[in-house]
Amino acid sequence: MAKQPKDKNQEPETTGHEWDGIQEYNNPLPRWWVWIFYATIIWGIWYTIAYPAWPMIQDATSGYKGWSTRANVEQAIQEHEAANAEINEKLTSVELASISEDPELMAYSRSAGEAVFETWCAQCHGSGAAGAKGYPNLLDNAWLWGGSMEAIHTTVKHGIRNEEDPDARYSQMPAFGDILDEQQIDQVVNYVMSMSGEPRDAEAAAAGEEVFVNNCAACHMEDGTGDQFQGAPNLTDAIWLYGGDYETLTETVTNSRFGVMPPWDERLSDAEIRAVSAYVHQLGGGQ
Amino acid sequence: MSSDKKPPMPESASGAGERPKKRSLLDRHVILEKNITLLSIFAFLVVTVGGIVQIAPLFWLENTIEDVEGMRPYTPLELTGRDIYIREGCYVCHSQMVRPMRDEVERYGHYSLAAESQYDHPFQWGSKRTGPDLARVGGRYSDEWHVDHLRDPQAVVPESVMPKYGYLEDRMIEPEYIEDRLWADRMVGVPYTDEMIENAAADFEAQIDPFGDVDGLFERYGENVNVRNFDGQAGISEADALIAYLQMLGTLVDFSTFTPVASR
Repeated sequence: MAKQPKDKNQEPETTGHEWDGIQEYNNPLPRWWVWIFYATIIWGIWYTIAYPAWPMIQDATSGYKGWSTRANVEQAIQEHEAANAEINEKLTSVELASISEDPELMAYSRSAGEAVFETWCAQCHGSGAAGAKGYPNLLDNAWLWGGSMEAIHTTVKHGIRNEEDPDARYSQMPAFGDILDEQQIDQVVNYVMSMSGEPRDAEAAAAGEEVFVNNCAACHMEDGTGDQFQGAPNLTDAIWLYGGDYETLTETVTNSRFGVMPPWDERLSDAEIRAVSAYVHQLGGGQ
Repeated sequence: MSSDKKPPMPESASGAGERPKKRSLLDRHVILEKNITLLSIFAFLVVTVGGIVQIAPLFWLENTIEDVEGMRPYTPLELTGRDIYIREGCYVCHSQMVRPMRDEVERYGHYSLAAESQYDHPFQWGSKRTGPDLARVGGRYSDEWHVDHLRDPQAVVPESVMPKYGYLEDRMIEPEYIEDRLWADRMVGVPYTDEMIENAAADFEAQIDPFGDVDGLFERYGENVNVRNFDGQAGISEADALIAYLQMLGTLVDFSTFTPVASR
């Protein structure tokens, strides 16, 4: 970077290159640019000392600041947990049934539980918890396995019919296609339809009562009101998980259904499970 | 500026005068600039040095290599499902890497470890997500949910923009080239044993039938293999393979017993 003459009348120095009569001034780089350039070099050296950088024989230098992504995320999680520690401690120490009586815990569960629900539960039960075909609606009063805080908590924690958790709720309706003939299935389907509405064929429905008592009543009870202890749904309330029309019921009776819910105690903390249980409990159907 | 007004050029610059006897290193650089072959060779050497410094240490430094308990190669059916995943371009919208940040860990589960994609060729990390990350999707939903969701994503997640993949259920597959497929992965470092390759077709079919002979499959790949009729219908469809793959993603490492070292 050549020094240029101060006198404006004097021609500035050129680089000496000439192409087609065009020459190039040998002007110095702007001072501010040069200083920033040197500063970045110094900063670069400092950076490799401060942060993990240089490969050695067995290890790389870890940097004097001891920076670590894993330590950072661990710290962020701990800070978050510490901020909620008091309320989570309270949430996990009280009786399940008494959570709904504590306004502070309920306020917390409504927002924390909703966050858990939207992240982990909404894909099946819907973001509004209204469910879909095969995935129970959590807003109504119909419960397969019980709608008390304890029952909901157990369901969330261990899931239903999964292979991962030995404590998962388990029941299995037989596939009656192997047990009953087509006429019997037709009769019992009509009978089940008559419990909550109009059967397709009233005569078959009358004949279906005997089939029902002999094959279905052990779980669904003689009056068809179901048994939450066995996860057998109430057939009289006109609330259907898979559908209450003739075709769907025939399919259900013939092949049975096997809805699975994963266990959540490996993925969620106890406080999170309690919060989401309380959230579901207060949605409308809690008992 | 007309040429007669400008000052005379220094002799050394015009090329007419005598050059200094001792040429500096920078003067010699002109040799490279004027010879394209030589320039290519030297440019290659420079890039090689940069590559060696940046990449080579990763192969021996202890803080970049982490052995993790539980990792196993994909079973033949899972590997086929993975190929279908790639064929269908799932990676265009779904990444498979939970980043080490609190929000990601809250949403997806434990952050991903490098070892968890050690048998992936190619890996499925990504920097863009239209759908959620799938690194820990295994076991998160039921098989039936996956079938429903592939058939019609909006039926279970109304706000989803995912296309329908119901046709996967109708496309039946056979383990015709599965031995070659495993062998190809072994070529690039996946530890498939001779036994695994010999029994690939049998293992492929065994994983779909919980009442069949699964002892060999468990013996070769460990107990942590899901054996189910994944799509709920007879035969082995592409949906079976894809769901088998999805249901094992991120489930091999048991984080209740394994704690990653913070310095890595």
